[in-house]
This record gives sequence, C-alpha cells and structure tokens, in this order.
Amino acid sequence: MPGLVHVETTINGNQVNFLCEPRQSLLECLRDVLGMTGTKEGCNDGNCGACTVLLDGRIVTSCLVLGVEAQGKEVTTIEGVASPEGLHPVQQAFLENASLQCGICTPGFIVATKALLDREPDADEGRIRHWLAGNLCRCTGYDKIVRAVLDAEEKMKS
Amino acid sequence: MEAIDYTAPKTLDEALKVMADHGDRARVLAGGTDLLVQLRGGRRSADIVVDSKFVPELNELSYDAQKGLTIGAAVPCCTIYEDQAVESNYPGLTDCASLIGSIQIQGRATIGGNLCNAAPSADSIPSIIALGGVANVVGPKGARQVAAEDFCTAPGRNVLEPGELLVSISLPAPQAHSGANYLRFIPRNEMDIAVAGVGSSVILDSSGQNFVSGRIALASVAPTPVFSKAAGDSLAGKPVSEATIDEAAEKAMADAKPITDMRGTIKQRVHLVGVLTRRTLNTAVKRARGEE
Repeated sequence: MPGLVHVETTINGNQVNFLCEPRQSLLECLRDVLGMTGTKEGCNDGNCGACTVLLDGRIVTSCLVLGVEAQGKEVTTIEGVASPEGLHPVQQAFLENASLQCGICTPGFIVATKALLDREPDADEGRIRHWLAGNLCRCTGYDKIVRAVLDAEEKMKS
Repeated sequence: MEAIDYTAPKTLDEALKVMADHGDRARVLAGGTDLLVQLRGGRRSADIVVDSKFVPELNELSYDAQKGLTIGAAVPCCTIYEDQAVESNYPGLTDCASLIGSIQIQGRATIGGNLCNAAPSADSIPSIIALGGVANVVGPKGARQVAAEDFCTAPGRNVLEPGELLVSISLPAPQAHSGANYLRFIPRNEMDIAVAGVGSSVILDSSGQNFVSGRIALASVAPTPVFSKAAGDSLAGKPVSEATIDEAAEKAMADAKPITDMRGTIKQRVHLVGVLTRRTLNTAVKRARGEE
C-alpha cells in the first residue's frame, strides 16, 4: 500500500505543503486535502472543464492531473483570481451579464476566460467560443457567458 | 481509483529500470488525459505510474532540416502547435495537435500518448502515418524502431512489450513541394471523437502539376488506424486532377472497414472517407504549391 507523499507547490502565489496519496487528483487535493472548494468537480474525466485551474500558466482540468504532479509547479485556482480590492473584471462581467444560474461551471469558466484574455486581449467571439469549448454549462446556453467575456475585454482595457 | 504508486524518473535508464521491475503493472504517465480516466474507470489497472515528463529524451521537440522532426513522447499538443518550425514544416501535424480535445486537454495530452493509447479514432495517428512517422522504442532488449502504421495492433493495444517505452516519434524532413493535411468529421464544432478522419500527405514535382507520391491514413473506420497504401500509391506519377484525386478517394473508401455504432453508420463512414480524402488531398496540394 503506497504511503502518503509530501508535495511542495505554489498555489495562488503562496507556498503550500500537503500530503496526499499518489492516486489522488489535483482536484481532490485542492478540495479534500486543502479545503479549497472553489474549484468544482463536474464529470471527473476531463470533459466538462468545471475543475479548470492554471498549471504553470496553462489551463488544465485538475481532475486529470495527479496531486503529486503539482510538485514544484505553480497552480492558480479561482481563489486566486480576485484581488483584496475586489472582483476581477471577468468576475464582475459574469455577475453583470447574469452569466450563471446554478454556478457549478462558473469557476472553471472564469479561470479559463482570464487565461484567454491574459494571452489574447482582443479575442473575437469565434475565438472565445473555441477557447471555451472545453467548459460545459447546462444552464445558460452560453450566449450570456460569451457576452460577459466580450464585456470583460472592454473592462480590462479601460 | 485503486491505490497506486508514483515515480518520476529523471533519466531514461531510471525509467527503464522501474518499467523492468514492474513489467505490465507499470503504466507510463505522459499527459494523463487517457490514462487517469482509464485507471479511475477500472479499464486499466496498474501498481505504479511512471511519470515520463522529467526524462529529457521524452521532452525533446527538435527540428533539423536534414534529420526532420523529433517529437518526445511526453511533449504536449500545445507545445507542438505553438512551435514555429512545426507550423512551417509540418502543418499536417499542427492540424491534428490543435483539434484533440479542449484547450485544457491540449495543455496536457501528448502525441506519443495518443499513439500508445491506440484508439481507432486517434486524431494524430493518421497524420503521423501519412508523414512517414517512426516510433522510437527502448526496452530491456535495447532500442528498436516501429513504423507508425505498424504500431497499433487492436483498440487500446500496441506493439510495446512489457518493460518497453515509447521515447519519441521521428518524422522525416519534408521534401520540396510536399504538403499534408488532416481532417475529421464530427457533428459538433469541437470536443468530439472523429466519426471518420483522414490524413493525407503528398509530394509534387517541381511544376506542381503532378504527384510524385502520396500517403493516406484513416481514423475511426477499423479496429486500428488504417494506412491506405493503395490510395497513396495510386497518386504516384499522375497529374494533379479531379480524376486522380477521385481514384485515390475510391481506394481509401475500399480500405475503410468501419462498424456501425452510436457515432455513425458503416455507409456514412465510408462516404466520409471519400469526402475527407478528396478535401485533405486538395489542401495538401495547395500547401505543397505554397498556396496555403
């Protein structure tokens, strides 16, 4: 029976140490070991994007990353998106455009959206829909989400 | 998921030792986008996962105008499609690396893993076959090379023996006046598994009006990816024309042996192979002529 592994990583800019079983996903480690429940579990097989986090600057589904793989990496979760001064423009835009109903998919959408706009501040609607194809939402029908992303682009430029 | 152990060897020798010690109870972890789903769902089991992302040979992505392209088995799709040398010299590879799964999946999933996972629907394998790819394998008995078209043996099965490891995939340097393309049919725009897919590569003569040679491979129409040698060979020495391309499409359709399942029927899939063969050949010709 494999024992617990010590993992040292950086989450949202803070150095974090935790113990986990090798079989545990990064998602499980975030939620169950570290109590960071902002990242959501949807399908748990990489299809829905609810568990999206940044791993060394790239969006990944944290259900398909082992917790032990976070060793020495930089992880950014939904908890790292807002600043002490207030919501991130992407979060504000999602609120103002009513881009959520049940909210389970929202943290994943916001992390993925922020990653897109940090790389491509002028992404057009087609690019936004393509980038967010890995995030599923069963409530909104996506139009309000796309509107929020376009709105967030404007907010981030001003 | 059942309890497993994890190790992250830093050298190829260390990796091979773990593989030899555990035999078929060791599973190589690259992007994990297939492996972790299979382990969690009980479709595969393992005592230990061997993380291949710290072995230098498996992380190499290098292009040389004489030697061609080396794709380390642990290099993720995003690194491949963001690479300028790949985009300029192997657009047929960029095609498939940029349509596997979502952006999230592309940040992790690897071409090496796609090949080892040996799904009939794997999007990258037809391109690798069409481009003349070779798998570089090492194991307890030493190193060997396997042509990409001989690598997959059944759904989810490949030629690797217990203890063997895919190190990299080599693609020959592109010849003058060559071009390639991969297309798949899916009922959605993104995030779907190919109902059928076709990868084509061609070499034209210096006039750009005649085929010198061609290679065509198919996805999702047999238990393994299919190398349609007859279709590719039919192009050799013929003028670039609708008739030549139609003939290759007919031969590719004859090599497609699909089943009817939830994603498509036999009739639809054979038809799609014809359509996609024509479209990929037309794009490959344009690329070979420098028109695209």
